[in-house]
Amino acid sequence: MTVHTPEQIAKEERRYMQVFAWLAILTAVELGVIYAPIARIAIGGMLVLLAATKAALVAMFFMHLSAEKRTLAYIALTPALLCVLLVFALLPDLGAITRALTHATPPPATAHE
Amino acid sequence: MSHAAVAEHEFGLEPAESPLTPESWGKLGMWVFLAADAMSFGGLLAGYGALRYGDPTWPRPSTILGIQLTAVMTFLLICSSVTMVEALAAIRRGDRDRLEWFLFLTICGGMIFLGLQAFEWNKLILREGQSISRNNFGATFFILTGFHGCHVFGGVCLLSAILGRASRGVTGAIVVPIVAALLTIGTLVITSATLSGLVGIGSALVGSGLVYMVAKLLRAPTSVYSAHSNNEVEIGALYWHFVDLIWILVFTFVYLV
Repeated sequence: MTVHTPEQIAKEERRYMQVFAWLAILTAVELGVIYAPIARIAIGGMLVLLAATKAALVAMFFMHLSAEKRTLAYIALTPALLCVLLVFALLPDLGAITRALTHATPPPATAHE
Repeated sequence: MSHAAVAEHEFGLEPAESPLTPESWGKLGMWVFLAADAMSFGGLLAGYGALRYGDPTWPRPSTILGIQLTAVMTFLLICSSVTMVEALAAIRRGDRDRLEWFLFLTICGGMIFLGLQAFEWNKLILREGQSISRNNFGATFFILTGFHGCHVFGGVCLLSAILGRASRGVTGAIVVPIVAALLTIGTLVITSATLSGLVGIGSALVGSGLVYMVAKLLRAPTSVYSAHSNNEVEIGALYWHFVDLIWILVFTFVYLV
């Protein structure tokens, strides 16, 4: 069991407050971005970037991933990479099916008679 | 790795210490669980993205969902993450009172979050006419936020178990989470019945206060947690931060983008 010195704990607590401030600021920025008069694609890109930054802050400092062994970081990062891969794998298939379904014209009634 | 652990390893036995998390095997177990759980959320988010991408009739979320309310819920979860790290810092200093206080604040944050989510769901179902079977938007929205809500509920119970164990060992670890689970369900029912967010917040405050009181009533003179022994608090904290992290992503992808 690692015992933390009072100085270490005090330093960590200061860092927690800094991270908290950043998370609050980034959340406020996210809310501002959605009303910005810019292209939807740019808004989407900025929001994804902001969310990834916030998630990284939580993982690195609140979950102490920055202080853990690097292998543990790889374990934690793998699902995120697989998720991105999954999105790109699904898009052509599921996207096309949904598009076809939403645009499909109903068969004429006479076809069944 | 300690000398004893290395010696055991040389003789072909399992190492006594986890190679990645020397503090405990439990912590490594939690990380592996979180990685698996992240894949569950990853699959749901990927499915959401793919369905939305292919559907030109997909509604703009901000026109249906209450962004302001959800922003408050997001801020609340971030605050509860801070109280959780403060709880861990407190027990690392050996301060049992502050551990219990910050655990209470974290549980309170979780219960208020669930109360507000129940309010949001009821508003969407009863006033906006949304449902899980109406369209893809409803299906993905309710499954994603519902799955996350279940995690928050699990987190409230887990942290209550840690609070109970800090208070009175195994007895507390059984009694307090049961009380917390029942009061959380009560909060959800009251919020749904009254259709009021303020009532949801109020009942969550009362509920978490009662959980804290039960823990205080059970309190034994000594605690199982100390500056030298607090692995379970750290493991519980990992889970809670993960729930916060996932909500950050759900908030962005489901509500904002």
